[in-house]
Amino acid sequence: MQRPALGRGRAYFVMVTMDTNETGLIARILAGEKELFHELIRPYERMVYLTLFAIVKNETEAEDGAQETVISAYRHLASFRGDAKFSTWLTTIAINQGRKRLRKAKGAAEESIEEQTDSHEGDFTPAPLTDWREIPLEALERKELREALRAAVAELPAIYRQVFVLRDLEEQNIEETAEALGINPGAVKVRLHRARMMLQKRLVPFLKTTAPARRGFFGRTL
Amino acid sequence: MNLDCKHVWEHISEYIDKTVDAELRKDIELHLEHCEICSAILDSTRNILILTADDRTFELPVGYSKRLHERLKDEIEKSKQEPPVGETK
Repeated sequence: MQRPALGRGRAYFVMVTMDTNETGLIARILAGEKELFHELIRPYERMVYLTLFAIVKNETEAEDGAQETVISAYRHLASFRGDAKFSTWLTTIAINQGRKRLRKAKGAAEESIEEQTDSHEGDFTPAPLTDWREIPLEALERKELREALRAAVAELPAIYRQVFVLRDLEEQNIEETAEALGINPGAVKVRLHRARMMLQKRLVPFLKTTAPARRGFFGRTL
Repeated sequence: MNLDCKHVWEHISEYIDKTVDAELRKDIELHLEHCEICSAILDSTRNILILTADDRTFELPVGYSKRLHERLKDEIEKSKQEPPVGETK
């Protein structure tokens, strides 16, 4: 099949070319070249898994849910109208699949994401650091920092975790995130800010260990 | 305008995303020039985002892609016995 012309180094050009290519692929799949669905889905495999994982927080469940999402997208491809991006449509299927699994696993119990709302209460301020310097790149390579981040993301309340994963992990934009989650862009911004501040506060002890200890502004050894 | 730290914290996420308006951005930058605490919060938050976007932080299960495409292959084979995609069920 014809490959898109890449390599001019301009993101917009690449994006448009990819979208055009994707539209062409979808038309061909619907016309009978069914195997091309493998190619259509390949760029989104990671996104589908991470979306599921952000909801179910379990590797096996996330993988099973990712498979179901892809199969469902294949079966219902004709209902994709192209008014949203394919990635947003796929993310919506993944979110619904994740929520279904969560309801099944927990019954009507505890973490029902639909019932969670943005609270005006709670502390969403970052942790102030009185002794800080830019952490060297090699420090970001540390395995324990990655583990701490994974754990901190997993512990975020569901409504914050989902926005954080779509925006900062999958790098979807505010409008796409809002559309996939069925919330308004303002709520995306608020939840993203809170998620980031909660993570910052949680991870400060891990980040601080990279700076040599000295006396801080408040006389404490940091 | 002189911003206090709390005001800067409230906009730090939008500042990172470059969605604050030009005037507020200028005020935040002025504040950051002399406030070590807010600069540190900004740096640490940015570092967390760099780490989050790194594929090695959130890895996929080994063999995930292979299993996914095998399942899809079976589904495609099955659907070939049926009417065109999307018109089933």
